[in-house]
Amino acid sequence: MGGSGSGKTTVLRLIGGQLRPSSGAVNVDGQIVHELDTENLYLMRRKMGMLFQHGALFTDLTAFENVAFPLREHTDLNEELIRTLVLMKLHAVGLRNAAQLKPAEISGGMGRRVALARAIALDPELIMYDEPFAGLDPISMGVTANLIRNLNDALGSTSILVSHDVKECFAIADYVYFLSSGKIVAHGTPAEMAVSTHPYVKQFVNAEADGPVPFHYPGKTLADDLGLHAKGSR
Amino acid sequence: MQRKSLDVWVGLFVLLGVAAVMFLAFKAGNMSSLSFTDTYTITAKFDNIGGLKPQAPVKGAGVVVGRVSEIVFDDKTYQALVKLDIEEGYKFPKDSSAKILTAGLLGEQYIGLEAGGDEANLAEGDKIARTQSATVLEDLINQFIYSKAADGKDSK
Amino acid sequence: MIARFLAAIGAWLRHSIQDLGFAVRSFFIIIAASGGLFRRPRLVVEQLFFVGSRSLVITTVSGLFVGMVLGLQGYYTLTTYGATQSLGQLVALSLMRELGPVVTALLFAGRAGTSLTAEIGLMKAGEQLSAMEMMAVNPIQRVLAPRLWAGVIAMPILGGIFTAVGIIGSYLVGVVLIGVDEGSFWSQMQAGVDLWKDIVNGTYIKSMVFGIAVTFIALFQGYQAQPTPEDVSGATTRTVVISSLMVWWLDFMMTAVMFSK
Repeated sequence: MGGSGSGKTTVLRLIGGQLRPSSGAVNVDGQIVHELDTENLYLMRRKMGMLFQHGALFTDLTAFENVAFPLREHTDLNEELIRTLVLMKLHAVGLRNAAQLKPAEISGGMGRRVALARAIALDPELIMYDEPFAGLDPISMGVTANLIRNLNDALGSTSILVSHDVKECFAIADYVYFLSSGKIVAHGTPAEMAVSTHPYVKQFVNAEADGPVPFHYPGKTLADDLGLHAKGSR
Repeated sequence: MQRKSLDVWVGLFVLLGVAAVMFLAFKAGNMSSLSFTDTYTITAKFDNIGGLKPQAPVKGAGVVVGRVSEIVFDDKTYQALVKLDIEEGYKFPKDSSAKILTAGLLGEQYIGLEAGGDEANLAEGDKIARTQSATVLEDLINQFIYSKAADGKDSK
Repeated sequence: MIARFLAAIGAWLRHSIQDLGFAVRSFFIIIAASGGLFRRPRLVVEQLFFVGSRSLVITTVSGLFVGMVLGLQGYYTLTTYGATQSLGQLVALSLMRELGPVVTALLFAGRAGTSLTAEIGLMKAGEQLSAMEMMAVNPIQRVLAPRLWAGVIAMPILGGIFTAVGIIGSYLVGVVLIGVDEGSFWSQMQAGVDLWKDIVNGTYIKSMVFGIAVTFIALFQGYQAQPTPEDVSGATTRTVVISSLMVWWLDFMMTAVMFSK
């Protein structure tokens, strides 16, 4: 968790190998990500599933074909088996009957769920979610959060959730890390974080206007801008 | 787009393309550069080839019997040496003559072969002895002016 | 002052050369990624539809009109020399050598080029290409390469169709409408058109070269666009402008090489 620009999405991209670290290393399942060659990187990515902000569904394909995409690309399963698997994944997210619709024909929340079904198509060991609750109504948010938790438990995978929605995240997460300006400033269980006295965490969790993250954009003071000064201090 | 109808449109597209190729090749163009008939090469020397170009037709009695393959300047005789590729099926007597003619008034120039009376025929590598160069417009005009001036003088 | 001006020009030059090098490198990356397409020709066929079949209407209609106008203008000019029987040859050579490939390429840039740029730009903006990468699918092989090859295949086909339809258009105007002699129309044309020089070289090879250039420029601009509406629309404009200039330049180069004595 963290504010905008704190580096949360960057961390996901580093894990997925889309960005190279300028120093240090990212170790996934025993392998250093940026040292892998293209082939091994692709092999590693097959063990991961990623849900992008706003879904990133392929707009020219139907929901069914979107979920079938990773199956068709990486397995040699016949069409019947693929159909069964895809429908099962869509059923898990409650959209089996929307299989023939295109992303433009379904709502944002539904599209997010189809993207989730696509992310788990290959039953990955590591699932990453980039701001999965962004722009969703309360109902969709609740549904998505529950899905994330249940799928994680059902598949026995590890899930990394990047978000700034405190309520939903604390409800489903086992452990929380707080990022600010690219550094981890605090970490602990949701219960510990809710009562944390760390100034950044406190401001974040309680949605306070001013704190370590300032309200005013840094620069001149109001007095300087308006040309006001205390009497006798010219 | 369903798989089947997409295929139909792409197939149609390619078919139209092929139709266009065939139309261009057969109706709008000529296949002569594709002809694989055997030819034999003979040469002819001209004082002036005028506007004759390689690939220009060689005609006998107006019918295309071959093509001009090469034109070079012979700096020993100061004449143009023209190589003609004549199709195997057409034979001309050894004493045939070659003229450079113009198709129409402003058309392309070609070589016209007039058959002679010799019993032996031209073969690969033979030379045509009797040639007539192209008519150069300026020479014609000079001739005309000259003859007009001569007429004028006579009638005085 | 002068020093700063020169420094600015130097920097601009260096950037332009760097951009050019990057573009050329990208081109070869796409070609290199094309190997896998032999196992999945379906991808190219799908793109052939979007890029080729969908351009048929504009190409055919334009070809028809260009041919008709050529027939008309050609007739007016040739009449003054009493050489109207050469109309067929005039029209055919103009279309085959220049108008066919060039106009088709410009239309292609406008119709297919802009749609490719916008599509790729929006896919990139919506993170679809990133998503593909994360799913261990090479987006260059899956998305860019099929479109490039489709363009390379479609352009010559379109160029040929444009030229053929143009000749038919001029026939309709010249022979059917005005009354030029039909026999001399076709025979003079056939006498003047060389299969290799005019049709293969002129129409088909030129079209293919234009196809490579236009399609690649369209894909490249789309891929490099920033994920904002302004930049995607700017990219489509750049596609048309750069493609058009490239076509003109390539046309001059090829004409000089192909049609010099």
